Amino acid sequence: MSVPNNNVAASAGKASNVQKTPGAKPTKAASKKKDEEEGVDAGEGLDERAHGKALIKPADQLELTEAELKEEITRILTANNPHAPQNIVRYSFKERSYKPTLVVDQMAVHFVLEGSLVHQDSDEGRRLRAKEGVPEETTTVDTGVGSDEEEPETLSSPVEDRPDSVASKTDKKEQKLTNQINFSERASQTLNNPMRERSCQTEPPPRSNFSATANQWEIYDAYVEELQKQEKDKEKQKALPSKKDNDKSRIMLTETQSNDFTKVAKATQILERMVNQNTFDSIAQDFKYFEDASDEFRDQEGTLLPLWKFQYDKAKGLSVTALCWNKKYLDLFAVGMGSYDFSKQGHGMLVFYTLKNPSFPEYIYPTNSGVLCLDIHDQRSYLVAVGFYDGCVAVYNLKQKGLDPVYKSTAKSGKHTDPVWQIRWQNDDMDNNHNFYSVSSDGRVVSWTLVKNELVFTDIIRLSLNGVVSEGADGSQQPSIACGTAFDFHKQIDYLFLVGTEEGKIHKCSKTYSSQFLETYDAHSMAVDAVKWNHYHPKVFISCSSDWTVKIWDHTINTPMFTFDLKAAVGDVSWAPYSSTVFGAVTTDGIVHVFDLNINKYQAICQQSVVAKKKTKLTHFEFNPIHPIVVVGDDRGYVTSLKLSPNLRKKPKAKKGQELPKDPEVQVAKMEKLLSLLRDSEQSTV
Amino acid sequence: MAGTGEGKKEEADYKRLHSFPLIRHTDMPEEMRVETMELCVTACEKFATNNESAAKMIKESMDKKFGSSWHVVIGEGFGFEVTHEVKNLLYMFFGGSLAVCVWKCS
Repeated sequence: MSVPNNNVAASAGKASNVQKTPGAKPTKAASKKKDEEEGVDAGEGLDERAHGKALIKPADQLELTEAELKEEITRILTANNPHAPQNIVRYSFKERSYKPTLVVDQMAVHFVLEGSLVHQDSDEGRRLRAKEGVPEETTTVDTGVGSDEEEPETLSSPVEDRPDSVASKTDKKEQKLTNQINFSERASQTLNNPMRERSCQTEPPPRSNFSATANQWEIYDAYVEELQKQEKDKEKQKALPSKKDNDKSRIMLTETQSNDFTKVAKATQILERMVNQNTFDSIAQDFKYFEDASDEFRDQEGTLLPLWKFQYDKAKGLSVTALCWNKKYLDLFAVGMGSYDFSKQGHGMLVFYTLKNPSFPEYIYPTNSGVLCLDIHDQRSYLVAVGFYDGCVAVYNLKQKGLDPVYKSTAKSGKHTDPVWQIRWQNDDMDNNHNFYSVSSDGRVVSWTLVKNELVFTDIIRLSLNGVVSEGADGSQQPSIACGTAFDFHKQIDYLFLVGTEEGKIHKCSKTYSSQFLETYDAHSMAVDAVKWNHYHPKVFISCSSDWTVKIWDHTINTPMFTFDLKAAVGDVSWAPYSSTVFGAVTTDGIVHVFDLNINKYQAICQQSVVAKKKTKLTHFEFNPIHPIVVVGDDRGYVTSLKLSPNLRKKPKAKKGQELPKDPEVQVAKMEKLLSLLRDSEQSTV
Repeated sequence: MAGTGEGKKEEADYKRLHSFPLIRHTDMPEEMRVETMELCVTACEKFATNNESAAKMIKESMDKKFGSSWHVVIGEGFGFEVTHEVKNLLYMFFGGSLAVCVWKCS
């Protein structure tokens, strides 16, 4: 009830104005609202304030003394309106007399401002929102006005305000969204994007038709059929395990399986080679095309490029005891596996490798005794003669199936009593029978002839320490037997051959004289490991021995032409097929030596270690008849193929154009020249 | 049905033996086929006496699982020729006397 308070404050304000107490402030605030009511006072009050301390007293202001001013006048604010008349009387028609009205309205309204805010949840708000609330409100306002009219005149200004407010209210409602101060209406429209039509259609999912009829009998038939099928399957399943139970049938099965395998053996072999060709492609490329470019800068020396490495798991622990190229199929070579160790003799193996398949042997023949030597027939390349540690010789035929030799010597048919160290095919005899020679530690050189299905043997010569053993005094001469370890037949002179012995001697023998040596060379101080005639020069042969030396001989002269010390026991030596002056040797320290006497008469032009482990001993060495590669066997059963670099297979340059057709003669001349040089020097020194 | 004892036995035997679902023709992929077949079996067993309900159940389940619109025919004897989307047809026998054809075509 601020209004009566205000009233009181206004009356008090007069006094306060006079007193100039700071309490005047609320009166000014109140007076502002009541301009019309007490215009002068309020105006002056305002002026006073504006002018600050320039005080203008109103004319009718009471003059009060200091004491009166200080006097405290106690006023109690009550709810009674001092202006309210207390003596209102009304005429009562009922009682025909004036009657004082007892209840007087004490409320005075000074100012009314109706807010435009309406609670949205109120009925009115709801109505407004429905835009139907206007008449309702006006009525309420009207009633308010009606009540106000009864009030005294002093409150007229608020009454005046009200219609205004009502008007403004209605105005506001109409222009709710507009800004009253400056509002102008503008309208614009953005461009609509042009419409365009697009359509596409997917391919409908593929469909198909199906038709059938379902009848009781069809359903029945289908079920019966299915049941029969199931029964059949059951029978089959039963049949299978029953077969497995039976051992015999099982064997039958496996047999048929193996037969099946043999049918595709050819295909699988081709496939295997194809796979190998792919996996070892780089090596094959090297084999065919790689030439060591660094040779040009090395002047004379050459190198060996390792190519394929051949190895067979089942032959592990055996050492390579023999190597031989097939003369007809130049990619095929035979490897004899056995052992040189007296205390470790056991089984052996004969395997054939081809360069086309380095991962697995082409043929495998396990043997009961260690293989010590072998030779492939020059013309009939399927015939392989093999000598064993137990003294047997055998002939294998690669064309025939089975793992057994087609011919084998027996104790009855003159088998050697000691290891067979070398075996060599000879030209067919007059009856066109194949025959070969063998040499053994028992001192015999035996010729074997393949007659129908047996081996016929002929002793060619018996070796002794002091010359040939006489036939008659056989028994007494037994102790003086010399052990043959190597032999070789002369390339041109059919009857002539050389035999190396364990004592280090080399005998030149003739097939025709079984009782006499043509010559004996005191060649080495230890066992002769190999002796070979030169491919070109008819007089020259080479020998090697465990006494670390390789010697080259003219068979007409008792002393060696060349002697090379290789600083290790020499396992094998071999002339190159392409030159009369080139030969290779392998030593037990794992080094391959290649010499070309035409280039260097004193030193090897290539010395290369080709083994993976230091202890590995090289045992054999063989040149390929055509290709510039060699195979080297070691005592771990590995066979390594090596390519000779260009320097190792040089041909005399100047004569190339004219002399190539007569290559053998050139080669002979080359060697002859060397020999003559030596002879001259010897003569000069002598 | 009023057969001799032997006939009854045979019939029982037949029913026992022929109760498994037998797919007569289908071009569905393996997984779908198995699922559909199991669904058909479940439905036919659940509504053994009311083929219509069974068909409804199969159709609604198939619609849910593989998208609409599937059609199902179940009966003991009927003939039909339908156009179906490929890989969406199953024609099977069940319970020795029912033929169920389920296909999709929208």
